[in-house]
Order: sequence, then structure tokens, then C-alpha cells
Amino acid sequence: MAQVTLNQVRKVYPNGAEALEPSTFTIPDGELCVLVGPSGCGKSTMLRMVAGLEDITEGEISIGDRIVNDIDPADRNIAMVFQNYALYPHMTVARNMGYGLKNRGMDKGQIAAKVREAAEMLNLTEFLDRRPSQLSGGQRQRVAMGRAIVREPDLFLFDEPLSNLDAKLRNQMRIEIRALQRRLGTTAMYVTHDQVEAMTMADRIIVLSNGHIEQIGTPNEIYEHPASTFVASFMGAPPMNLLEADAAQGRVTLKNGEVVPQASVNGHAGAVTVGIRPEDIMPSPQGDLTLDVDIIEELGAQRLLHGQMGGQAFSVAVPKDQEASTGEMRLALKPNAVHLFDADQGRRLG
Amino acid sequence: MADITDTNVHTTTSATTRRPKRIRWDHIGDHAVLIAGALLMLVPVYMVFATSSWDAITVHREGMQFGFGDQLVENYNAALLEYGGFTDSVNGLTMLGNSLILGLGFAIGKIIVGMMAAYAIVYFRLKFATLAFWMIFTTLLLPLEVRILPSYEVISWMNLGNTYTGLIVPLIASATATFFFRQFFRSIPEELIEAARIDGAGPVKFFIDILVPLSKTMIAAMFIIMFVFGWNQYLWPTLITTDESLFTLVRGIRQIVQSYADGSETPDYGQAAALAIIAMTPPVLIVVFFQNWFVKGLTESDK
Repeated sequence: MAQVTLNQVRKVYPNGAEALEPSTFTIPDGELCVLVGPSGCGKSTMLRMVAGLEDITEGEISIGDRIVNDIDPADRNIAMVFQNYALYPHMTVARNMGYGLKNRGMDKGQIAAKVREAAEMLNLTEFLDRRPSQLSGGQRQRVAMGRAIVREPDLFLFDEPLSNLDAKLRNQMRIEIRALQRRLGTTAMYVTHDQVEAMTMADRIIVLSNGHIEQIGTPNEIYEHPASTFVASFMGAPPMNLLEADAAQGRVTLKNGEVVPQASVNGHAGAVTVGIRPEDIMPSPQGDLTLDVDIIEELGAQRLLHGQMGGQAFSVAVPKDQEASTGEMRLALKPNAVHLFDADQGRRLG
Repeated sequence: MADITDTNVHTTTSATTRRPKRIRWDHIGDHAVLIAGALLMLVPVYMVFATSSWDAITVHREGMQFGFGDQLVENYNAALLEYGGFTDSVNGLTMLGNSLILGLGFAIGKIIVGMMAAYAIVYFRLKFATLAFWMIFTTLLLPLEVRILPSYEVISWMNLGNTYTGLIVPLIASATATFFFRQFFRSIPEELIEAARIDGAGPVKFFIDILVPLSKTMIAAMFIIMFVFGWNQYLWPTLITTDESLFTLVRGIRQIVQSYADGSETPDYGQAAALAIIAMTPPVLIVVFFQNWFVKGLTESDK
């Protein structure tokens, strides 16, 4: 068990592309840290550098109190779970799980005991003699987990481990992985592009975009106080509404002349971006804002009303028991619903 | 199907509704072509087999035979066990052994060299790896016959004439095997290699524990091709072996017929035919045996 520290870690590919700007952060011992971002944001590169599969251009990575820059992946005492499982197709489940231990020179009896223990934990005992091709997707994923567990590593690395599973199984495995990581108390880094996975599993989320860290924080912090318009629109489904507006004399005015309540601009003047989550606003006859509803989406538990607010796209989520129809309606904000961002950089204001 | 047609006939009893099984002319055409092709391949083999049961005089007088004679056992016995050749030092069995050694050595050697070359090219960051690969690849255009004189020169200079080493080693370097293994290795997912790295498998362990078992089907396919190719080698063995105890079957057949050209003796056509059949059998068996294995390997593996 160990904490992981990245110190000014940078990655530049030989063709000159900067995959990761210098990044610094620490993952405390025992935490599950999720790296999330759209594809090509550098999250996998970061994980692979920690694993030792990718060279580090600049900076230092340490696992525990060891700087691992020049240590071989096998000697970093890490375990990695891959998106396509990467099980050895010609080996049985038991041999797949025990292969790393065998290479460490552990004796056969000990390996068998450890494999059995891990298999019991993952409900794989009856499959130990099967080949990966005879297992379902979820079972294969469990074998990959088992292979990681038997090594008793300092650090788990997950590279989009659930992307190949169907939605139902994904939800189930999400909980299993989380529970297992808690029980073992092993530090983990988890890469995903799915913000739901990030929100539900993480102790701490690192949001990446275009090779730089947008924000680091707990799921709650990220959701409640997104540091930029990127984080605001990436985290949360349906995404946060972002509206262009103008700030002047301490008031924020939308393009249609409506004043956004709650918005405190602290003397900032000029163009701003107003962010309002669809669930932070509700229909109300006395509301200050007007929405022209075009489309109603039924999601079961709630309805999504999509329309225009002052000529800009806007969505509202209403509970299923609330009637909704197309056409103009008035909306009122819930408390603390407004996020303000700088219009150029997209950074949070206040 | 039959039931339905029957009830139709009974209920309507009209001759017009009765539908005789339609003749699919296109199928007949297909089958005719296939049967003709099969006969074209098999009849000569049958004729050799039939001829191998006749005595030399009959064959000499009447040519290849369609029916069976009474010399079957005698001919095979002689072909396998009777010592012949100029020095009387070689019989069918020794030639069969030599051919096996050549075929196996050739196939196994080529697979080992080809796999290792492909391993180096695909998995290691070598300078000029691509250049090396294309150089190997272009040698596909240069068969043994092109370099046969220099190769002979080198082998005789190394005093390896009339040895198995001299017979096999110069033929082992294989662009074909290297190429096929390279393509195959490139299809193995990157993650598998990375997983193995994290599991602590070094280059040698990865090769033996992961790559070789994964390549089973590829190895089987290469083995079939290379064994048959090695077995049928004629020119190189003719050149490099003058010692008759090192003769292969393919050469042995010629040796029997050769006596016709040499002297007044009637060549032992029956024996030659028997020897030809014996020479044909192992490659056929290899193909049949490995094909099963090949299909099984293909269906079991998943990449």
C-alpha cells in the first residue's frame, strides 16, 4: 500500500505532440482516484507512465517512497487491468492468475493457495480450469481482477476496465470493483471516459482535457464547483447548460434581456458564461427566466425539456409527476444554482 | 420434405401439382468440374499404385497398368529392404529415414529461425528493423537455385558435403516463415504484451510462455508447408550428397530409373512405382494429421 505522487510529469511523443503538460498531484494511500476526460486527453498516457509502459519525458513519479522512473513495470509492484482484459488465451484461469507469481519464483503450493483465495473472493472457483474463451465478459473481467489481486500490489491500475461490458453488467462490476478496492485498501488509479463511473467510484477525481489537468477534487467538489466550463459540461448527465451573458453593474443579463438572479459578479464586467444544471431549475409561474420548449424527452424517473432560452439551447429536468408541454414556460432557480465562468478562458469566477 | 410432398400428391391427386425434384443444372456443372479435377489428380496416383504391383518386364513392354498384378508385396519388399545403388549401401528404409531427417530438419529449422527473426523484427526497437525485414522479404524472390553455386562453394569449403548439416542448414533461412510469423505477431494485441511485462515476463519468457503457445496454429500451418517443401527437395540434395547412404527417397526413385539410361538392364519399374508411393505417403499423412490439429487449434483459440 502506498501513496502515488506525480511531480511535474510531462509526456512528449517523438513526433513532438505534447500528450501531457507538466502535472503534479498526490493520491493518498488507499484512495481510488479516477482519471476522467474525453478520448485523447492524456488520461491513459498518464496511467501507462505510472505503470511503466510509457517513458516519462520529464518529471518524477513515485509509488510509496520510491521514485519509479527507471524501474521496470514488473518491479514496481503494481497490477493493471486492461480494457480488453488481456488474458492469456492459452492458459487456464488459474494459470492466468498465477503467471505473475510464477515469474516471481513463488513456489507452486503458495501460488495455488493465493489463486484459490482470490478466486473465492471473486466467485471464480468453479472456473479455475477453464480457458478465457469459455467465460463470459463479466467473468473474464473478474479473472483480470483476480490476476491483479493475487499479486498483492501497492497500486491497482485500471484502464477503462468496464468499457467492453454491457450496461447492466457495468453497473454491477462498478460496485464490485469499488467494494473490492475498499476491502483490500489498495491505492488505485482508474481511467474512464464515463463520468458516471467517475462520480460513483472515485474518492478523488482528476478531470483532464487536452493534456492538462482541469480540476482535482472529490466527486462532490467537482460537481458542485466545477473549475471550468469544460468540467461543468463534461461532468453530469444531462450536462450543465452554458449560456452566453453580459455582466455589468453587478448584474448578469442574458442575450434576451432577462436578468439572471443569484449571479454575483464581484465587479467583473463584460462577457461571461452562465452555467445552470438542468436539475437546478424548475418550472414556476413566478419565475424570472423564460424557456421555449421544443422537445420533451421521457426518461422514466424524470422528463427532460429541451428548448431555447434567449436564443440559446437550454434543458430542464423535471420530476416525472410534473406535467410538461411544449411552448413557453417560466422557470425559477433553486438556491445556489448559478455558476459563472469567464467567457474567454472558461475559468470559474468567484 | 418428403412427407409434405406426399400429402400434396394424395390430397390433390392431380398430376399437374406434382413437382418432381428439379434438376439443378448449375450444381451438376459444379460437380462435374470438381469430379473431373479430382480424377485428374487421383488417377495418376492410382496408376502408379497399380503399376507398383507388376513386374518390371510387363511394365516395360505394356507401359503403366490400370489393373493389379501379383508382384505387390515383392515390389514393396524390394523397394524398402533391398540394398541397391552403385555401392549397394542404401535401401528404401534408409532413404525414407534420410527424407524424414531432411523434411523434419528443414521444417523445424525454418520455423525456429523464422519465428525468432520475426520476434526480433516485431518486438524489439532495432535500428533498420524495417530495412532488415524488407531485405529478408526480397529474398522470397531469390529461390535456392539462384544461389546454389555459392552455397555449394561455402558448404564444400566448410567440409560439410555428405553430412546432414550440409543438407539442411543452407536451406533453413526462410523469408516465407519470417513473413508469416511477422504478420501473425503483429495481430497479437498490444495489451497482452503489456500484461506480460507487468507480470514480470522478460523477452525469453514472453517468447516461450506466451508467443509460442499462441502461435500453435501458425506453427502447424508452417510445418505442413515446410515439411512437404523440404521432403520434395531434389536439386540441393543431389548436389551436396554423393554418398549413397545419404540419399533421399526423391533421389532414390530417379536412381532406379537411371539404370535404364546407364546400361542394358531393364529398370525396376515396379519398384520405382512402389518407391514413389512410399515417397508420397508421409507428406500426405502429415497434411491429414496436422489439418485436424490445425482446425482444432483455430476453433479453440481466441485472440
